[in-house]
Amino acid sequence: MKRSWLAMVGTVLIIGGYLGYTYTTRQKTNSGTQITAVGSTALQPLVEAVGEEFASKNLGVYVNVQGGGTGTGLSQVQEGAVTLGNSDLFAEEKQGIDAKKLTDHKVAVVGITPIVNKGVGIKKLTQTQLIKIFTGKITNWQQVGGKNLKITLLNRASGSGTRAVFEKWALNGAESAPAPEQDSSGMVRSIVATTPGAISYLAFSYADKTVQTVKIDGVAPTIANVTTNKWKIWAYEHIYTKGKVNGTVKKFITYLQSRHVQNTVVPQLGYISIHDMQVERSANGTITKR
Amino acid sequence: MQAKTVNKIATGVLYIIAGLVILILAALLGYILVNGVPHLSWHFLTAPSRAFQAGGGIGIQLFNSFYLLILTMLISFPIALGAGIYLNEYAKKNWFTTMIRTAIEILSSLPSVVVGLFGFLLIVVKLNFGFSILSGAIALTLFNLPLLTRSVEGSLNSISNLQREAGSALGLSKWETVLHVILPAALPSIVTGVVLSAGRVFGEAAALIYTAGQSAPALDFGDWNPFNMASPLNPLRPAETLAVHIWKINSEGIMPDAAAVSAGASAVLVIAVLLFNILARWLGKVIFKRLTAAR
Amino acid sequence: MDQIRESLLKTSVATKKERFGKTITMAALILIGLVVISIFYFVASKGLATFFTDKINFWDFMTGKTWNPSTNGSNGKPQVGALPMITGSFMITVLSAIVATPFAIGTAIFMTEISPKYGAKILQPVIELLVGIPSVVYGFIGLTVVVPFIRSIFGGSGFGVLSGTVVLFVMILPTVTSMTVDTLRSVPQYYRESALAIGATQWQAIYKVILRAATPGILTAIVFGMARAFGEALAVQMVVGNAAIMPQNLTSPASTLTSILTMGIGNTVMGSMQNDVLWTLALILLVMSLIFNIIIRLIGKKGELK
Repeated sequence: MKRSWLAMVGTVLIIGGYLGYTYTTRQKTNSGTQITAVGSTALQPLVEAVGEEFASKNLGVYVNVQGGGTGTGLSQVQEGAVTLGNSDLFAEEKQGIDAKKLTDHKVAVVGITPIVNKGVGIKKLTQTQLIKIFTGKITNWQQVGGKNLKITLLNRASGSGTRAVFEKWALNGAESAPAPEQDSSGMVRSIVATTPGAISYLAFSYADKTVQTVKIDGVAPTIANVTTNKWKIWAYEHIYTKGKVNGTVKKFITYLQSRHVQNTVVPQLGYISIHDMQVERSANGTITKR
Repeated sequence: MQAKTVNKIATGVLYIIAGLVILILAALLGYILVNGVPHLSWHFLTAPSRAFQAGGGIGIQLFNSFYLLILTMLISFPIALGAGIYLNEYAKKNWFTTMIRTAIEILSSLPSVVVGLFGFLLIVVKLNFGFSILSGAIALTLFNLPLLTRSVEGSLNSISNLQREAGSALGLSKWETVLHVILPAALPSIVTGVVLSAGRVFGEAAALIYTAGQSAPALDFGDWNPFNMASPLNPLRPAETLAVHIWKINSEGIMPDAAAVSAGASAVLVIAVLLFNILARWLGKVIFKRLTAAR
Repeated sequence: MDQIRESLLKTSVATKKERFGKTITMAALILIGLVVISIFYFVASKGLATFFTDKINFWDFMTGKTWNPSTNGSNGKPQVGALPMITGSFMITVLSAIVATPFAIGTAIFMTEISPKYGAKILQPVIELLVGIPSVVYGFIGLTVVVPFIRSIFGGSGFGVLSGTVVLFVMILPTVTSMTVDTLRSVPQYYRESALAIGATQWQAIYKVILRAATPGILTAIVFGMARAFGEALAVQMVVGNAAIMPQNLTSPASTLTSILTMGIGNTVMGSMQNDVLWTLALILLVMSLIFNIIIRLIGKKGELK
């Protein structure tokens, strides 16, 4: 009995001593500023990659990037629980958010393209056809010049940024018919690639050889067409902060928007640089030349 | 004679059912391993992951998984042990115990995403622990407690009452009997229970997405000072685990070799759980041998 | 005399230890209780906000067939009918339990009665291993194997109740089997011996005696498996299709409470009506597992009376 007590006290002393020693010898530089960003999973890899670069250039700064979804990002930055809220949408477009309290920083542009299963035999559609397909008025690929195959719709989760952008700009605000939903790009891609007759939509960076992208009214889904707004289905990636920011946070956002980052990491990850855009779009959708 | 024929048919059917189940399970395991094992290499097991290039590994995620598991067990085991002892040895059969038992069982069927969000709002945001291993460990504790308590209680329950009576006959108090007689006797099956629940903790993803986070910052494996940000031991750093990593690359992965990484990581997970189970059996046997005269 | 008197009246060391032990273990239990209560409170307060803050009719919520929280229906109220998800959850849970039960009971009988040695050496470890496979991996296999298989046989997209059932069947099989094994093992040995002694074949002993004695335990195992199936999210979400419409048949896309909850929770803003309704789904899940639990208890009570 006594020996076990001694062993216990000994262990506690050793652990305590170790913690005490390490606490006094800890690197004080690294306990500096921590910037926490939460939100859109689509934007997460970009902020993460740039955050690592930024931290290596600014000792003592640590950028902590997490997903959780656009809704979580916006509501937590509004609550003041995190520093940066990553969003696929304008805060004005999200119900339950007071956009006046938040400051918008656009950090990239993302183009979205309809994709179809390779077996449907379709490479282009008109916008009217696209709308009719997604609202359930056209149900067979034959009706738009494809094979005799039933159309299988696949949507993104309701409330997701990609879906909101697609319904607003590709379907002219029409609402998609009730259909299966998936909440991630990877799943959408693999489902469209393997399901005969499937149609859905993806960000450019996810659309690879396994699926067929679709031209709309003769316009191809390319980066060049997005920059001139000939291809209308695109959106900004936003970072929101609560009110105006300064100090390290401001430095980080400026760094994200700098030409260096916009010309290296941004295209590498499949986004479009904000500096390449020849037009600007506001929250209510009006387009102005830059 | 008819009864004998029926007996033969029934036995045959049971053999077929058992064979089918083995077939299903073996196919499942085989599928995971056959797909994943070819991607395994020392580099894959130790290298950090890459966000958008090929050739990333799962080194940090693997370490995080184990560290998170240990922390979770450190927190949840004492609580589950205490609660299990109380429920089995002290609790009277009244409305209070029934209520707590029901509550524990309901907790175990709660979808883990709800546990994760609860952990996020309470631990990460309110208590300000941030996205960290510690937050993840607490959330996993919530998730693990019901199972572990049940298994501890079950282990204690399987100890024959003769042992308790013998303890009382020797003039030991109930607590002393539990501590010196019942617990050692139940230890092998408690250990098995702990290691099996460890398998479930190891594979949990949804509860961790909002608590331990889904980013794995670079670690310096030469730095064992738990107060440094880059130290693997720091409990306040965000930590993506293996299961979360699999979930992430399947949903938003943009690296060209995402499918390979996912298959490889799944195989590693299954192998880790397999090792846990072997360890559990072996440990249970060793402890049983040491505590009893059984050879 | 005084010394004896004193030592008799004073609390002994053993009593002190006893109190100490009892307090510690009680504290642990109360801690768990508090955690459970706070989670309940948390989910209930958010889930009930749908009805109290957002003024949505409870009845409309439970029986409405259209789920589209971001738009208002023709009556000017948000379209939040949870019936498709409730139906989907129930269909998948009940079907997977129906499929899993014969397999689980058969395997359990095989492991305990027919070939205990073989069962303990091969089946037991494999079944325990399966409990530990993460649901993401189950979902992934469901997506790459089960869905294409169902599509090639029944046509359609392959996503739906049937795929969900197959995946959940495999997921709950280990749980139900191992609990059934425990029940069968706890049937006293002399039941078997006396059955065989009066000339019953092994199957007669199993069917007429052992299974009868173990019925309450087996029912508990099934209900427990159903509770697990009901709360499972990630794996089901990958194969069920997630279309919030009433399932027309087993191969048309459907949705479950958990799949809609998991998909939507990150995309909605906390405190908004769209978020509240998701918490209401979580509350329904909680209430359902409460009901499952009460069923387990009732079965257990019935078993005791025998």
